[in-house]
Amino acid sequence: MTTSILPGLIRRFEAELLKDWVREQRTAVTLRSDLLPDAELERQSAQFLAALQAGLEAEAFGEISDPGWERARGFLEDVARSRGRQGFTPSETATFLFSLKQPVFKLLQRELEGNPAALVGELWEITVLVDRRGLFTGGRALIGREVMITRLQAELLERSTPVVKLWDRILALPLIGTLDSSRTQVVMESLLQAIVDTGSSVAIIDITGVPTVDTLVAQHLMKTVAAARLMGAECVISGIRPAIAQSMVHLGVSFTDIVTKATLADAIRHAFARTGVSVGRAAAV
Amino acid sequence: MILAREVVDLRESEDVLKARQQARALALSVGFGLVDQTKIVTAVSELARNTVTHGGGGTATLEVVEYGAHRGLRIVFRDQGPGIADVEQALRDGYTTAGGLGLGLGGSRRLMNDFEISSFPGKGTTVTVVRWK
Amino acid sequence: MERIPILRMGRLLLVTIQVDMHDRLALALQDDLTARIVKDGARGVLIDISSLDIVDSFIGRMLDTIASMSRMLGAETVVVGMRPAVAITMVELGLSLKGVRTALDVEKGMEILRNRP
Repeated sequence: MTTSILPGLIRRFEAELLKDWVREQRTAVTLRSDLLPDAELERQSAQFLAALQAGLEAEAFGEISDPGWERARGFLEDVARSRGRQGFTPSETATFLFSLKQPVFKLLQRELEGNPAALVGELWEITVLVDRRGLFTGGRALIGREVMITRLQAELLERSTPVVKLWDRILALPLIGTLDSSRTQVVMESLLQAIVDTGSSVAIIDITGVPTVDTLVAQHLMKTVAAARLMGAECVISGIRPAIAQSMVHLGVSFTDIVTKATLADAIRHAFARTGVSVGRAAAV
Repeated sequence: MILAREVVDLRESEDVLKARQQARALALSVGFGLVDQTKIVTAVSELARNTVTHGGGGTATLEVVEYGAHRGLRIVFRDQGPGIADVEQALRDGYTTAGGLGLGLGGSRRLMNDFEISSFPGKGTTVTVVRWK
Repeated sequence: MERIPILRMGRLLLVTIQVDMHDRLALALQDDLTARIVKDGARGVLIDISSLDIVDSFIGRMLDTIASMSRMLGAETVVVGMRPAVAITMVELGLSLKGVRTALDVEKGMEILRNRP
């Protein structure tokens, strides 16, 4: 399709096209002026038009993976990444491209007024071209999102496992919320590291705030206790609510070899006894 | 796709150390965390020792592999020893012929993500393990 | 042949493993240690493994054996300084060292041995 008049049109009417397109984007329902300032919107639009023109001149209506489209591809990847970080949804990001169709259609219609056959051909080509690039950008935005979600999850995991030093040689890890296998693993590692860092001989894992414990999580807990023992520290599990105790017995998990206490207070008492701390009420004066 | 490959000859018990050091270096290059590195090196120690003591020596081939977006470390242990008659039994914890704890095969399987063993009596044993990042 | 040194502190023996252990070295340590327990009349053995970056089933078995043998000879064994990553891996491997006492570091290990009846 080297006979297309589009590259020439874009070159000739670049300013007009850009103006129309930016206006189109500003009136679109997906406009997020809260996330993207006008100047930036205009800059990105101008950049893409230039890349589009370069692509069309080099490869005409080729695939986005063709060498001639490299500049456009790189630009769209950047847009997908930066908009993803700014909080655009993937479909909002893709609409950036889809909204280019109307101004281009208008331009083609005007320039090819007396030639319906050519008009249909051009419209079809540009539709396919814009759609493919729109989907590409949306897809990239989705991948970017996934990467970001994974990173946030990892950060959240680290923050949601606060190991606190209760007393000299006594650590506590109050767990709150649902425990899945990967979170339990992070918990296990940070607790064991904290044991070394603080030289603690007793660590209390309190699961009062954990709604359910399945077999896998119970196994992780038992492994943590076993690993702590190998390092020379004792792990106590406290806050096992009656419902959890029942379901664990049904699951065939019986924390044998492990010290368990009903409440955190009981566990602390046990830890004091273990480390030779005695606590009593001061006598009234 | 294979990004790096090292081969370690396993003849005597000191060679197990070489396999461990090589595994540690490659695991680091893949970017594994400390716990994963430790798991990989421990599994390599177990399986390399098996190759030396049960297989009469052989090789460990360590490869950094890439599959899609995932990277991993694959290690293949090959020997031309007597082979294992009953693989299922050998994988069970506590089964031992050399007076060890019998945790070598079954334990290594738990430390790695993928585990494959093929053995032909009289012809030798090949164990392939992979840990993905 | 290379050997792992055994230090005597009163009636305690201290072994600091600082090399990457291979199997023959482990077996030699087993022999040396039992001989020293008898010769020095030791009541306790401290094995510091804080330098070890792995403990596989062979070293695990060695620690177990040393603990049982020294107990028979009247000495208690405490293994000290195991790193978290090593401990996690040992549990996954299936090694629990049930018959071995453990402590975080040499000082806490000595405390255990001193408070022994």
